[in-house]
Amino acid sequence: MEKKTKIDAENGKQDLTITRVFDLPVELLFKAYIEPEIVEQWMGTKVLKLENKKHGSWQFETKDPHGNVVFKANGTIHEFIPGQKITRTFEMDNAPFDVQLEFLEFEKLTDDTSRLNMHVVYRTPELRDQMLKLPFEYGINMAHNRLQEVLNKLK
Amino acid sequence: MNLRRDVFQAIADPTRRAILLLVATQAMTAGVIASNFDTARPTVSKHLQILTECELLKQEQNGREIYYHINAERMKDVADFIEPFRAMWEDRFNKLEDIMKNYKGK
Repeated sequence: MEKKTKIDAENGKQDLTITRVFDLPVELLFKAYIEPEIVEQWMGTKVLKLENKKHGSWQFETKDPHGNVVFKANGTIHEFIPGQKITRTFEMDNAPFDVQLEFLEFEKLTDDTSRLNMHVVYRTPELRDQMLKLPFEYGINMAHNRLQEVLNKLK
Repeated sequence: MNLRRDVFQAIADPTRRAILLLVATQAMTAGVIASNFDTARPTVSKHLQILTECELLKQEQNGREIYYHINAERMKDVADFIEPFRAMWEDRFNKLEDIMKNYKGK
């Protein structure tokens, strides 16, 4: 299968870029980032707060089927240009990781296609590598959680 | 999935990484591998066992000796430790695209 999402993470650097081309007009791509109920669907997390404006803040939270919080993150929006750009911070609650800075650029390619360019800056190169490896390490836990959710729905 | 995580744990250990580098140059027996380390022989054996279980190393009988080889295919998977991170975003973005395509249709 074609890999639509590209990660560029140069060795020894403290940043990375995530690039993806969508079969969507840029307006719809941007909407998916600012409407809480849409964010919830594709990010798989609950949106507690999402203030789409300069100096606004956001807060996401994910609970397991027993109601325990398994993921909580928050940040501040530093720049908000509708349909073009969001600059924000991202910080996980109760995790030994420093805050990261994210530049999200939304680009129109054609009337029906668009590109997202996400530039993420971490405090250190070590921290970046640690964050890169998280899905690898927690992959098995996430698989368990998803399985649990499916099983609970069957009950 | 479980196997993949174990592979990551396997390469997180510096001695095991050194063993992989050593065996990558040529296939060798447990005795020869152990002679390259100050670590006690049983410790090296344990490392070899873990690396074999994760399929990073392959055992091959040659006469009375067992030689350890690098499993190149498996090493290629591991070298790309970014892949699960990329796959996570790909998964999210695919969902985003599906959701918004339906949204457009409404």
